[in-house]
Amino acid sequence: MEIDPFIFRLSIFILSIFIGYYVVWSVTPSLHTPLMSVTNAISSVIIVGAIIAALAGNSENIFDTANIFGFLAIILAAVNIFGGFLVTQRMLAMYKKKKKEK
Amino acid sequence: MSANLLAVFYLISGVLFILALRGLSSPETSRQGNLFGIIGMAIAIGVTFLSTGNFSTGFLYVLVFLLIGGSLGAFIAYKIPMTAMPELVAGFHSLVGLAAVFVAISAFLNPEVFNLGSPGNIKIASLIEMSLGAAIGAITFTGSIIAFLKLKGIMSGSPITFIGQHYLNLALGLILFGLIFYLCKTQIDTWFWTIIIISFLVGVLLIIPIGGADMPVVISMLNSYSGWAAAGIGFTLENTALIITGALVGSSGAILSYIMCKGMNRSFFNVILGGFGGTDQSLSSKGKEQKPVKNGNADDAAFLMKNASSVIIVPGYGMAVAQAQHALREMVDSLKKNGVKVTYAIHPVAGRMPGHMNVLLAEANVPYDEVFELEEINNDFANCDVAYVIGANDVTNPVAKTDPQSPIYGMPILDVEKSKSVLFVKRSLSPGYAGIDNDLFYRDNTLMLFADAKKMTEDIIKNL
Repeated sequence: MEIDPFIFRLSIFILSIFIGYYVVWSVTPSLHTPLMSVTNAISSVIIVGAIIAALAGNSENIFDTANIFGFLAIILAAVNIFGGFLVTQRMLAMYKKKKKEK
Repeated sequence: MSANLLAVFYLISGVLFILALRGLSSPETSRQGNLFGIIGMAIAIGVTFLSTGNFSTGFLYVLVFLLIGGSLGAFIAYKIPMTAMPELVAGFHSLVGLAAVFVAISAFLNPEVFNLGSPGNIKIASLIEMSLGAAIGAITFTGSIIAFLKLKGIMSGSPITFIGQHYLNLALGLILFGLIFYLCKTQIDTWFWTIIIISFLVGVLLIIPIGGADMPVVISMLNSYSGWAAAGIGFTLENTALIITGALVGSSGAILSYIMCKGMNRSFFNVILGGFGGTDQSLSSKGKEQKPVKNGNADDAAFLMKNASSVIIVPGYGMAVAQAQHALREMVDSLKKNGVKVTYAIHPVAGRMPGHMNVLLAEANVPYDEVFELEEINNDFANCDVAYVIGANDVTNPVAKTDPQSPIYGMPILDVEKSKSVLFVKRSLSPGYAGIDNDLFYRDNTLMLFADAKKMTEDIIKNL
């Protein structure tokens, strides 16, 4: 009897929820805003689907309806990836420790 | 590139994303974490390009669109003021949602590319996954747009409610499930489009009844939704990186929502059902205005703080609105020169998103080890000389501890009233978001400073 690959993906999914649960609880509350912006950036890994969709079909007609949706998704996800990571970096650069007393 | 090797690379980027979140456990490791995230993303995008093996004109277009989006994102990231962070995050969530919808649509129109069958004969499991992904994505999209408009002040922050609202939402939710069922049974594309349209509507209806100060919960919730949408698409595309990320983001948003609800002592459903606050303001403030209040000016405040040995600052949303964080830091600097010990106390739901106050203080160069969370600092109020409340209100209201009738009863509050004197910077005596009067205004040890938060703080600096 063979196991459906779906079950494997479901296992990965469930285990990742648990990883997420423990990792996020350990995030310090003062970094909750960067947490939101970085989760936002990484969820834009959905761009991989967009790229596959955009490059699908024959190369003569790259602006087929399905491809156009792929291209649009690429733009949206790219805004998020660059915007999300850069704004997170900008925020994190501001968190400084108290300077030692001179 | 073989499918197995590709899967391994996606797994690697998934792991790097986990490390990116792990890094946020402390500010020192956070920057490295962000770098891991960027590397993970680069790997995912890079191997996807290699896997398509298609370096024709299409590839060029992909790069162009990637650059257009990327430079737009980078531009926004550099331009955006820190006070606008809640709107920015809401706006970004809407983009993830819409991207999920678009990817689901192209998978639906062109299932062969993703090995999901052929149009009109798509695998049932894939259909369920992609319609769930599209539905959650669509809800995230319109929901985030509404949240964005409310945060930006384009739309009023007060809740929009109507009779039968919750039943309508419930009915639409059930219809969605029915449509997904029919889509699987008939494979007719009309159902697919209807699912998306109804989900757009649900997103709007879900967020309009929720008031401005409940936005921290809303943003966290939409964060969570964007994760589940990504996971749904991840299952459709059989992509490990997307499944892992979706699960991470989904649980992250859920935990943040939980923390925010706990910070208000309200159940998640109570927040989602909405209609809280903003309605009964006139009623509760009536007849209480007559109570005597002690009214002070910048000179009094400066005198009190200069002679104190310890001061705790309690910032709230009003500080963000007045952009008073820099002035506040200057004030604290001159207090420190006078030998006063100054710390900051942050309530979990201060501001419009989780961690909002911390980011603003960090922007004003306040060291993060002077900033404390509610549980860490609440006992210190009893030993502190002056509490300087700037732009916060409900989170300091002692009524939450004493009056079981109050809508905020049981909400954890900062024990500001225990300090020897309280300086309360506020524009007027009007009640806060919860629509209730703050008992603290009328206490003997409270001095009200009626002014704009930034202006008052600047005036105090002059008097120090």
